[in-house]
Amino acid sequence: MQGKDYIGFSVFVIFMLALPHWISNDYYLGVLVFTAFNCMACVGLCLLMGYAGQISLGHGAFVAIGAYAAGILTTHLGWSPWLAMGAGVLAAVFIALVIGVPSLRLKGHYLAMATLGFASIVHIVSVAAIDITNGPAGIIDIPRIKLFGFALDSDIRYYYFVWIIFAVGLFFAINLVKSRVGRGLRAIHGSEDAASAVGVNITRYKIQIFILSAVYAAVSGSLYAYYVNYIDPGPFDIMYSVLLVTMVAVGGLHSLWGAVAGGILLSLLPELLSMAADTFAGVGIAYKPDYDTIVYGGILLFIMLFMPEGLFGGISTLGSLVFKAIARMAGRRYPSG
Amino acid sequence: MGIQRGSIYALVAIGFNMIYNSTGIINFAQGEFVVLGGLMMVTLTMNLSLSMPFAFLLSVLFVTIVGFLMERLTINPVREPTVLRLIIITIAVSILLKGLAMCIWGKGSLYMRQFTQTGPIEFFGATIMPQTLWIIGILAAVVSAYILFFNFTLTGKCMRACSINRDSARLCGINDRLMVMLSFALSAGIGAVAGIIITPIIQMDYGRGALLGLKGFGAAVLGGLGNSGGAVVAGLLIGILEAMSGGYISSHYMDAIALIVMLFVLFVRPGGIFGKSEEIRLKEF
Repeated sequence: MQGKDYIGFSVFVIFMLALPHWISNDYYLGVLVFTAFNCMACVGLCLLMGYAGQISLGHGAFVAIGAYAAGILTTHLGWSPWLAMGAGVLAAVFIALVIGVPSLRLKGHYLAMATLGFASIVHIVSVAAIDITNGPAGIIDIPRIKLFGFALDSDIRYYYFVWIIFAVGLFFAINLVKSRVGRGLRAIHGSEDAASAVGVNITRYKIQIFILSAVYAAVSGSLYAYYVNYIDPGPFDIMYSVLLVTMVAVGGLHSLWGAVAGGILLSLLPELLSMAADTFAGVGIAYKPDYDTIVYGGILLFIMLFMPEGLFGGISTLGSLVFKAIARMAGRRYPSG
Repeated sequence: MGIQRGSIYALVAIGFNMIYNSTGIINFAQGEFVVLGGLMMVTLTMNLSLSMPFAFLLSVLFVTIVGFLMERLTINPVREPTVLRLIIITIAVSILLKGLAMCIWGKGSLYMRQFTQTGPIEFFGATIMPQTLWIIGILAAVVSAYILFFNFTLTGKCMRACSINRDSARLCGINDRLMVMLSFALSAGIGAVAGIIITPIIQMDYGRGALLGLKGFGAAVLGGLGNSGGAVVAGLLIGILEAMSGGYISSHYMDAIALIVMLFVLFVRPGGIFGKSEEIRLKEF
């Protein structure tokens, strides 16, 4: 981690921790808590997609595994929430290993379809295995998590809790991509054959990063379960996995900050749209929440067609273009030599 | 029951193969074509009460145009295609189409009457719904047309040339961009046919695309991606397997069977059951 990253990271953390000073409404705090869950899963997915170049359309499944482990172990077996979260992470690691080893031998479209199929199977099981997951009715009365005997029972407390956990996760991820491992992953993204030729153990790297990204997703799922205290299969369908990919792609595949930006933007989008709807209603255009799906698809399509590096990449490209143009104009005014 | 669904998976798989052969892309919006075909057919027959054959043609034409537009507007303009980018683009189109379908046709599932109004037919002690016969007949017709088109027409042969080697095909004067466009349009049309013939049985709603597409892809992989003969056999096989598992294991897990088969094939033998092992070694998965 270089100085620049420290500054960016510190500014981000201070901003997020200061945010509740301006937003005291519990509803909006809740929205931001959900944003943290999505960002958490996005950072993991970005490590896999942006750095290792492996697509996964199945990360919603790992979020579901984390959430269900938390829900089942705390309610049925009376485990403490922390222990259940640890078990959820272990379960995600195990399943990621079982699915990842054969999947990651596949490339591109095959990998995407295999992971999508996996996510769909997990969703079907969560609906059908009524004995364990209570089916579509869901699991109720999941206890709240406690930190040093201090119940996290208000939105504001939970807000600080999840954003601090997210900051730790982001810190780790930023350090990881700046390390030898990160360089190895980017080499795999560039060319697997070349990476392998210079001594990067590509199979091992790909599986390790797949497992790590599953851990991020599982933690996000467990935290979700402890926040809403109720889980059902609804939020964990394959559209959720697709949404996570959308977030990472919209923000910018090749940068963790892009993934964070995409996660924040798309998590807040329904709120922004409903605010915009009020404005539109004033001028006689009726906007319905049903249109959200179209807006999501439209944004993703637009970004992929015109800014394949994502919003974050697009803005930094634009910035460097402007910078170059200014430099060129300055150069013309003061010809050198 | 198994044959009906199997025929649909076979048709979806043929749609996947068509685009895969000409571009190497797996079109994640394939399932949406099926849904659009079915929903359009419901509107034309039940609401506008057009005659069946006319509504059938109009629905197929409508979805074909959607496929054509998709290629022109989202695939053709991409100058530096990477696999990841193309995958996300087709996903974006599928989200968009799904959202549009939801806004136009609503969230409920739509009912459509069967093609012919005769009662079940007794056949060697088994009762068969007339719709099943329609499905089998139309599958056979599509497959025959497919074979005739690719073996006996110049355009079909050009498309096959593109699928074997796009650069060489272009050197021979084949307009490869045109062939890609055509493959999207035809693939959308075949998807629409699948949607139209299954709607009287399963009742179509906007959200079915993803699962139908995924199972169709399972059939395409099982038969060997790009191999349309294999796709038909594999589609029927998966359909029958699904119906049997629904009967013997549990109907809750029925949907998972096709996906488990798909994962198993991808992990163990990604070339499919009909691919020759030498051929498979040359391909990249």
